[in-house]
Amino acid sequence: MTSSTSELTHVSRLPGVAFILKKALISALVALVLFSLMVGIRTEAGPTGQLIYWTRFDDLAILVLIVFVGSIVIELFRQWWGPAGTTRSVPQPLQTALDFAGRAIPPLLLIFTFLVPVIFYNQRYILDLGILVLTYVMLGWGLNVVVGLAGLLDLGYVAFYAVGAYSYALLSTNLGLSFWTCLPLAGILAALWGVMLGFPVLRLRGDYLAIVTLAFGEIIRLVIINWQSLTGGPNGISAIPRPSFFGIPLTAGEDGLAARLGIEFSPTHRIVFLFYVILALALLTNWVTIRLRRLPIGRAWEALREDEVACRALGINTTTTKLTAFATGAMFGGFAGAFFATRQGFISPESFTFQESALVLAIVVLGGMGSQLGVALAALTLIGGFELFRGFDQYRMLVFGMAMVLLMIWRPRGLVGYRAPTVFLKRSEAISSELAREGRG
Amino acid sequence: MNADNILNVDHLTMRFGGVVAVNDLSFDAERRKITALIGPNGAGKTTVFNCITGFYRPTSGAIRLTHEGGRSIQLERLNDFRIARQAKVARTFQNIRLFPGMTALENLMVAQHNALMLASGLTILGLIGVPSWRAAEKHAIDQAKRWLDRIGLLERADDAAGNLPYGDQRRLEIARAMCTEPALLCLDEPAAGLNARESAALSELLLSIRDDLGTSILLIEHDMSVVMEISDHIAVMDYGVKIAEGPPQAVRDDPKVIAAYLGADEQEAIAVMESSP
Repeated sequence: MTSSTSELTHVSRLPGVAFILKKALISALVALVLFSLMVGIRTEAGPTGQLIYWTRFDDLAILVLIVFVGSIVIELFRQWWGPAGTTRSVPQPLQTALDFAGRAIPPLLLIFTFLVPVIFYNQRYILDLGILVLTYVMLGWGLNVVVGLAGLLDLGYVAFYAVGAYSYALLSTNLGLSFWTCLPLAGILAALWGVMLGFPVLRLRGDYLAIVTLAFGEIIRLVIINWQSLTGGPNGISAIPRPSFFGIPLTAGEDGLAARLGIEFSPTHRIVFLFYVILALALLTNWVTIRLRRLPIGRAWEALREDEVACRALGINTTTTKLTAFATGAMFGGFAGAFFATRQGFISPESFTFQESALVLAIVVLGGMGSQLGVALAALTLIGGFELFRGFDQYRMLVFGMAMVLLMIWRPRGLVGYRAPTVFLKRSEAISSELAREGRG
Repeated sequence: MNADNILNVDHLTMRFGGVVAVNDLSFDAERRKITALIGPNGAGKTTVFNCITGFYRPTSGAIRLTHEGGRSIQLERLNDFRIARQAKVARTFQNIRLFPGMTALENLMVAQHNALMLASGLTILGLIGVPSWRAAEKHAIDQAKRWLDRIGLLERADDAAGNLPYGDQRRLEIARAMCTEPALLCLDEPAAGLNARESAALSELLLSIRDDLGTSILLIEHDMSVVMEISDHIAVMDYGVKIAEGPPQAVRDDPKVIAAYLGADEQEAIAVMESSP
């Protein structure tokens, strides 16, 4: 604060010390009531079965004190931050630096991703993690079409992932088709299921749509569990063929790729190959989505998210527009599923629970709905970060949940909270997501 | 019935349960003319609009739209988006319904969806990026640019529609409706919330749409200065029925109209009597 006037306005705008203390006291009181039984008194069954207890008032005092001080710190922080919705001006040099960083991140990230198998060639764990992250990036990008662009809340995305995985598994084990033949088939089959889901839910919006898609995800899983003769039920399908390098198997044998190239065989070759396969699939998803956004269909999806009634008034067939969004998202889910099956070599219904749908949806929401870069960063944060917190052991979920909550307070519209226009005359100016609607089905 | 009517509304009735919002309403809109539908609040004007544009299916009655070549379409049988696509009826909304998170230009591009969808070969040709698609896209952008220029928003083409001032949003919504190249443009209170200067600009825009492009306009409006200035024909509604119809001058002096407005709102009645065409 430089002048006394600014200090005055500053003080008059903010509640005083009394307010902060009052708030801290109330928080401490709540903590006291809660923890006095949970922490203050510890009970246990004694050796003869009687109840013994002892008090831990020092621990209780420490906890209450932490809450008291923490409450003051948080309140001070909030006052320093200013009221919600404050627009703060960023200094010009910093803004330029941020803009540059924003432009530089995607290509750098891409180059780094390409180099991962080279840098971490000997670290199988990192490579496996990379494949996992990329799988979720792809799933996130696929779901982004449905949720982020078209604004249709889909809680059953894992169903298409499952359809893709089982399509490949069944086609390859029963008919002996190769991975590269099955990949498009898996995508098409998943897209067909997307349309089948789409038809009944077309009239639903918002919460109702979410519930039906959730149910659809469960139906697919239950069908897979119970259709024993086809899917093997809970035992799943094993011995799913591994992908070949366009016909050349990646094995140690005579006709394997390593032998043909005259290099020593290593199981890492297959991991690296899988890494590049999923990278290519993810980039395909990204490329198609970016192109679709600039085509009339993509613009219609976004318009649908913004205002469905206005879309119909402009002569847009909202039925087919929604169906294409479902089908496109499902197709990418199917590709990812086929990849998942070939990577694991074994699939069972346990891999396709609601938790997977929730995770992919969390990636899309956290990334910033509709943002390709945001979704990639969110997948990296959620999947990679979850592994990172492995050291926290039993507190992993706690730390992770806390990080998510803080992130959503800090950036309620996701990591990348703006959308880029699909067409512009003079300059492409990012639009704050505050303006964009989230879509109500 | 006049042969050069673009729209014939014939014994239109709309019931919501026990409420009769529109009761046996008949009126015509002439081609290349501005027809206004006025009446006190709750008279059923917007319900008529929703029936014409397919958002409601009328309980009974017929709505016929006749194109220039003589081809006529019964609107009450079509869905909302087909009315916009096949019958070429475009509309705006009482409470503006732009796509707020998309730029002004994007809003106008979405309006040309159907033409662009064909040009992009149902997305497939567009995905590959064939030259004919690129040309079609350029043509669509040019069309959008022309409209942005016409409503004075060319400078703000790349701004989010939700960030535009209220008056600009109103004009942008009209431009968006016009980008669908309609035969009949239905405007639901386009002057609501505009100041005197903006209203005058709006009147000018609507007259130029009628005179330069030959688009017929059907208008709901409370701002009597706008209605009296630009309308060629006025139909007055009250409690779901038509109480008067005719040229502005005649409607203005009609005792039934004055009574309806006096009964509903004194200010509006005075506005009707005092405003001059």
